Amino acid sequence: MLVAAAFAGSLAFIVILALYLRSKPILDTKPLSELLLNSSWLPSQGSFGLYPAILSTLYVTAIAMMIAVPLSILSAIYLAEYAKESLRRRVLPLVDLLAGIPPVVYGVWGVLTIVPFVAYIAPVVGSLGIPAAGAGRYSTGFSLLAGGIVLAIMVFPVIISITVQVFRSVPFEVREASLSMGATQWQTVKHALMRVALPGIAAAVILGFSRALGETMAVLMVVGNVFIVPSSVFDPAYPLPALIANNYGEMMSIPLYDSALLLAALILLLIILMFTLAARLILIRIERRVTVG
Amino acid sequence: MPHISIRNLKVSYGAHNVLKDITVDIPDGQITAIIGPSGCGKTTLLKSLNRLIELQEEVKVNGKVLIDGDNVYDPQADILSLRKKVGFLSQKPCPLPMSIYDNIAFGPRIHGVKGKQILEQIEELEKHCPNNEVCPANTRNTARTHKNGEMDLLVECYLRLAGLWDEVKDRLRMPASKLSVGQQQRLALARTLSVKPEVILADEPTSSLDPVSARLIEEQFQMLKQNYTIVLVTHTLRQARRIADHAIFLYLGEMIEQGPASKVLCAPCEAKTCAYISGEIS
Ligand SMILES: Nc1ncnc2c1ncn2[C@@H]1O[C@H](COP(=O)(O)OP(=O)(O)O)[C@@H](O)[C@H]1O
Ligand SMILES: [Mg+2]
Repeated sequence: MLVAAAFAGSLAFIVILALYLRSKPILDTKPLSELLLNSSWLPSQGSFGLYPAILSTLYVTAIAMMIAVPLSILSAIYLAEYAKESLRRRVLPLVDLLAGIPPVVYGVWGVLTIVPFVAYIAPVVGSLGIPAAGAGRYSTGFSLLAGGIVLAIMVFPVIISITVQVFRSVPFEVREASLSMGATQWQTVKHALMRVALPGIAAAVILGFSRALGETMAVLMVVGNVFIVPSSVFDPAYPLPALIANNYGEMMSIPLYDSALLLAALILLLIILMFTLAARLILIRIERRVTVG
Repeated sequence: MPHISIRNLKVSYGAHNVLKDITVDIPDGQITAIIGPSGCGKTTLLKSLNRLIELQEEVKVNGKVLIDGDNVYDPQADILSLRKKVGFLSQKPCPLPMSIYDNIAFGPRIHGVKGKQILEQIEELEKHCPNNEVCPANTRNTARTHKNGEMDLLVECYLRLAGLWDEVKDRLRMPASKLSVGQQQRLALARTLSVKPEVILADEPTSSLDPVSARLIEEQFQMLKQNYTIVLVTHTLRQARRIADHAIFLYLGEMIEQGPASKVLCAPCEAKTCAYISGEIS
């Protein structure tokens, strides 16, 4: 255990160090604030502002989680607590199957269905006057929202499968104790089972979240890849993983270009590490609260 | 009129017929012991009385269970009020994953009992147990002045009723899982009582307890039987002889004999009951 942990830890350290060394050239020529907060990305003119990409990454992930978390937790509760054993036995393998589909397939499927769907609803939703929905502008459908929906669908099976397991691992007697006092099934889930399940559900959400943050291929195919600060969910965006995957290896003759992309990778890695760490801390606190009661 | 009448009750798990046509009455205000070798269907019979059996997969129930004249298996029957009325104490105590306090407050909270209703519930409880001080006057006064005082009072009263108050009064916010098994079982009893049941079903409630805790639970039952109908599954004949008023002997899913405990447990008519009591079959 200890050896494995030390190995994993030093591996992460080596990756961070390597990325740092390779992005040092650009960090030496430009101030960090310009790289992080400038919105213009014109490599041929020597301008490398990563702000839109960082923002896009956070937005697309946030949209995905807003869709995925409530839906997948409710589905998991249904499967674990309400569905018959026979249904559960049939559905859970399908859920696991969904988790195994390669991202590129989700991407193609997103282009064929979600993108046209988003293009179709954009003017309708836009005319409702919701600020984040733009003002009835034309959308190609290749957008933050399309990226968020596709990501959400990719994250579903991860959260559902773990959450179902978490609920099934709560002893049967807890249900029996609660129900035998005349509690409804929902009260039992909400007030009794949830307390035991909460750390596990948090872990499932965190796992889904880190998958969404780093997911590249499927997002890249539906998100539009336009380097702007998106002002509505129907605008295209250019998240960090897509930026790196689309450009690394090309036009490397442009000075500092590869260094800028590796800086993007470093930032992505740090964002993921930061969130995972924060999530760990939350998890520890929830666990403590649950055991203290 | 008997409180509970079981009529032609048949229960099966899948193709396995566990209870074969049970017809028996359970008298009011007494302790009825269900005895029989392990696997004969005692737990199944007990859980059929408040439909807790339906939590098992693939279970089929036929026949009637009449409580106060109403068939609990009637499609229109209200399962929630049934379970509230007929409480259940499991073999291995299972505290809800929350504090000692919240374990007791859980039932009243889910049924939306608060404020004045709590005070009424406690008054009623006191009438039931006049010779037992469940609600001391000073606690009652603080209940009037404090926020949430009523719930505090209710928790205290039921913990006293279950004989647990003195042991836990300084650590009500501690997780209930930290209590000893014997204390957990008394907590489970207090929790069951907190929703005002009329019947208490207890499935070998002392089998995982040390002798002292077991004795405490038995004493609680003897005190409670004046106000509650108690159905007790027990695996020890000695316990049945100590506290039961009425007894039912089950063997391989059939009811062999029932009647006053003194008769069934000491001078039975049926050959199989004799064999069980003398330890020939177990
Ligand atoms: N959930 C279940 N599924 C299938 N069979 C069961 C189930 N629960 C109990 N049984 C079977 O039913 C019979 C009676 O069980 P039970 O009522 O628990 O007996 P007892 O409490 O007298 O020991 C046993 O043969 C047992 O194997
Ligand atoms: Mg049993």
